[in-house]
Amino acid sequence: MPKDSGIGASSKRREDVRFLTGAGNYTDDINVHGQAYVHFLRSDIAHGRIKSVDTSAAENMPGVVKVFTGKDFEGVGGMPCGWEVTDRHGAPMQEPPHPILAQGKVRHVGDPIAAVVADSLEQARDAAEAIALDIEELPAVLDMKAAAQDGATLVHDDLKNNICYDWHLGEADNAKLDEVFANAAHVTTLDLVNNRLVANPMEPRVAVAEYKRGTDEYTLYTTSQNPHVIRLLMCAFVLGLPEHKVRVVAPDVGGGFGTKIFHYAEEAFCTFAAKACGRPVKWTASRSEAFMSDAQGRDHVSRIELALDADNNFVGLRTDTYANLGAYLSTFSSSVPTWLHGTLMAGNYKTPVIQVNVKAMFTNTVPVDAYRGAGRPEATFQLERVIDKAARELGVDPIALRRQNFITEFPYDTPVALTYDTGNYNGTMDKLEAAADLSGFAARRAESEANGKLRGLGINCYIEACGIAPSNIVGMLGARAGLYDAATVRVNATGSISVMVGAHSHGQGHETAFPQVVADMIGIDESMVEIVHGDTSKIPFGMGTYGSRSLAVCGSAMVKATEKVIDKAKKIAAHLLEASEADIELKDGQFTVAGTDKSVAWGDVTLTAYVPHNFPLEVEPGLEETAFYDPANFTFPAGAYACEVEVDPETGQVTIETFTAADDFGNIINPMIVDGQVHGGIGQGIGQALLENCAYDENGQLLSASFMDYAMPRADDLPFYGVDHSSQTPCTHNPLGVKGCGEAGAIGSPPAVVNAVLDALNSGGKTVDHIDMPVSPSRVWAALNS
Amino acid sequence: MTQVSMTVNGKAVSGDVEGRTLLSSFLREHLSLTGTHVGCDTAQCGACVVHVNGEAVKSCNMLALEADGSEVGTIEGQANPDGSLNVIQQAFQDHHGLQCGFCTPGMVMSAAALLKENPRPTEAEVRKYLEGNLCRCTGYHNIVKAIMAASGQDVSSIAAE
Repeated sequence: MPKDSGIGASSKRREDVRFLTGAGNYTDDINVHGQAYVHFLRSDIAHGRIKSVDTSAAENMPGVVKVFTGKDFEGVGGMPCGWEVTDRHGAPMQEPPHPILAQGKVRHVGDPIAAVVADSLEQARDAAEAIALDIEELPAVLDMKAAAQDGATLVHDDLKNNICYDWHLGEADNAKLDEVFANAAHVTTLDLVNNRLVANPMEPRVAVAEYKRGTDEYTLYTTSQNPHVIRLLMCAFVLGLPEHKVRVVAPDVGGGFGTKIFHYAEEAFCTFAAKACGRPVKWTASRSEAFMSDAQGRDHVSRIELALDADNNFVGLRTDTYANLGAYLSTFSSSVPTWLHGTLMAGNYKTPVIQVNVKAMFTNTVPVDAYRGAGRPEATFQLERVIDKAARELGVDPIALRRQNFITEFPYDTPVALTYDTGNYNGTMDKLEAAADLSGFAARRAESEANGKLRGLGINCYIEACGIAPSNIVGMLGARAGLYDAATVRVNATGSISVMVGAHSHGQGHETAFPQVVADMIGIDESMVEIVHGDTSKIPFGMGTYGSRSLAVCGSAMVKATEKVIDKAKKIAAHLLEASEADIELKDGQFTVAGTDKSVAWGDVTLTAYVPHNFPLEVEPGLEETAFYDPANFTFPAGAYACEVEVDPETGQVTIETFTAADDFGNIINPMIVDGQVHGGIGQGIGQALLENCAYDENGQLLSASFMDYAMPRADDLPFYGVDHSSQTPCTHNPLGVKGCGEAGAIGSPPAVVNAVLDALNSGGKTVDHIDMPVSPSRVWAALNS
Repeated sequence: MTQVSMTVNGKAVSGDVEGRTLLSSFLREHLSLTGTHVGCDTAQCGACVVHVNGEAVKSCNMLALEADGSEVGTIEGQANPDGSLNVIQQAFQDHHGLQCGFCTPGMVMSAAALLKENPRPTEAEVRKYLEGNLCRCTGYHNIVKAIMAASGQDVSSIAAE
């Protein structure tokens, strides 16, 4: 029977009530008395040398408070990068400056050149049009392989070339690797592109900043997934402000998907300008502005080679990737093609020898950083596409080939630096085969063919590494931050509980799922527990929400803090019950002396904690505990996905007929929310596979800068999904046994879709090895008619 | 500045607006009805959908002056008179039809308009009707399910919540 409350229950989301009634509080809903408005004048060319920026006319326009240019920030720090990657020779990556407003050069369409602060947004926009620019246009650096050549135009004049780093992981001995490939019975090679995407949370970014002269305090309201990280980066590296004088609030945030992790120039600008202008300052991105200023995602060009022996065992894997970082290093950009990508190249398979090579490139495009999955979708796409191609070349069943090579014993040390603690890949595949009714595929294909359509089945397996940690290891790998999290459990006198957490909820339902855990541990009603998040003045220092980490990392801190609370409450209960603390049991909100009917209720103990008239003298009054939790390892969610498509050979149109996901997320707190996370990830993954593409022309102009040009998945592009998460191997090293579920769908679905399309095309008699994403009708039609 | 008057959620309101002021701006900034959201600048996303004289309208694509004298309904006016969620809102909560909540007001307003003209829509009809409403969180599964449930149809055979 499904539970109706606590851990494992599909509790309805309490936050929904405010969102469904228009009572949410998003950053753009916040207005501060006396606020002025910012409009950024952004570069309309991809690459140019700034000769002059004349703001004199703009400064005299109606309503203008102040006009800022790069010169106003010459004494201020630039936007920092949070991860220093070391290249294959042991040298640090090239790390160019990233000023708040452009200095010397503009390096991508959308690079901010000047900012106008005015009484109204319309006045700020009008004045920005009066700024006279003299910019010498330079050739745009776009193609990554060309950019890596000696003599290429430099994006950053002070760097030796456009290569941020040339990185390597895994087998270092090329001769050994060559021998593996030379001795292989079969080698499958595939060139592929992981298309550039734009995360596009439905809420565009917003920043509202105010400065109080009387107390020298700043408040920044911003659309962030991690307010403490923003405060630390902005204070310590950009503006040089004391952290205790700065409050960062991320209220209701309308989706993140990674793109709201990063510290953006607009946040630092508004905070700086609020003091400089003596007025609160507000900036709201238009959607077009979001397209050219939000960090973008993916954009890898790869060659992958898989070596198999005569029995079809994987014996070697080599992959070479060019990863586009765009014009500047966004906050965590450097970690994505390296430690979040190279480390996943073993996938679910016991390939003994793996070599990963990555050249990360600067180009005159919008910066690229983590987007849902962040490196792991790129790794999975390469690996699962090349396995599928190998199966076709060898004439073997793609599921059997995968099963034959699955890792089956845990813990398992991969050749690319990870230790998988647990998993059951065959068991999860069994679930998929049943849930997707794969035995019925042949009949469904025959039916499609009778209707003049080609039908294909695409299989994909994935593994991801979530809850990135521990801090001492990631520190050695170049992270400039810890990756723990924190929670404070504050029990009120009447027994209700406020839990202040470092994680941030922007769609994940923490306000519902986190109380399920605490209430379950104590045995009280979920409604007695509330979650406080998103405000640095209220919450302990935590690292926020990304990388499917919230429950695995912050949830673990919450469990630890709750355990401390329960331990202390037992001391108080023992005193009240005149019993030994060791004999006190807590169940259903009652403290009982073991083996007796003597008990005291949760509420009586909490009241005693704050009205300590009859109280153990050796115990401090009050009932509030904080815990920080630094995981011992990543968590490793894994799964198997199946997609069935129909292809119309007349038009090349692909329709998703069925999509089934079988995931192993370990233990699950709220199945309804987990299913929703998988649905959303699959939707974005199908979007990448069939529709979405961030496109630049040969001059670096952004062609897809609106929802009219960038194909977001709409309701009639997508099917109902089948989701099965009954394969559960609990994480072995966190107290809840949870693994994380936020990114799985986006990681596991693109290869499943592309594999399905290729299966359909090859079933029609053509031999088609690969089609790059998005698998558009024109590409499919061209493949069918080549 | 021109004075504009209309009825919003049953209440008479008026204000002075510029000719270029959008209905979405009038609702959000003049009336502080911030439940109506703006998610794009090309009338594609539908987060701003309201009802004008009973029809679903993208309020970012209509001038406030064009709504002069109209009956306007927003998300803030959708709950039952006792404050409880209406049938559509309740179905969205019951079936997890929202995550971040940003597209939700537009989704609920569009769903209400759909069910008014088509009380028992098929899955395909719901998906087609939502072509002007983007959601980035849910993959639409639970939105479509919630709307079908709100129309009184049995959705238990549709896979998990």
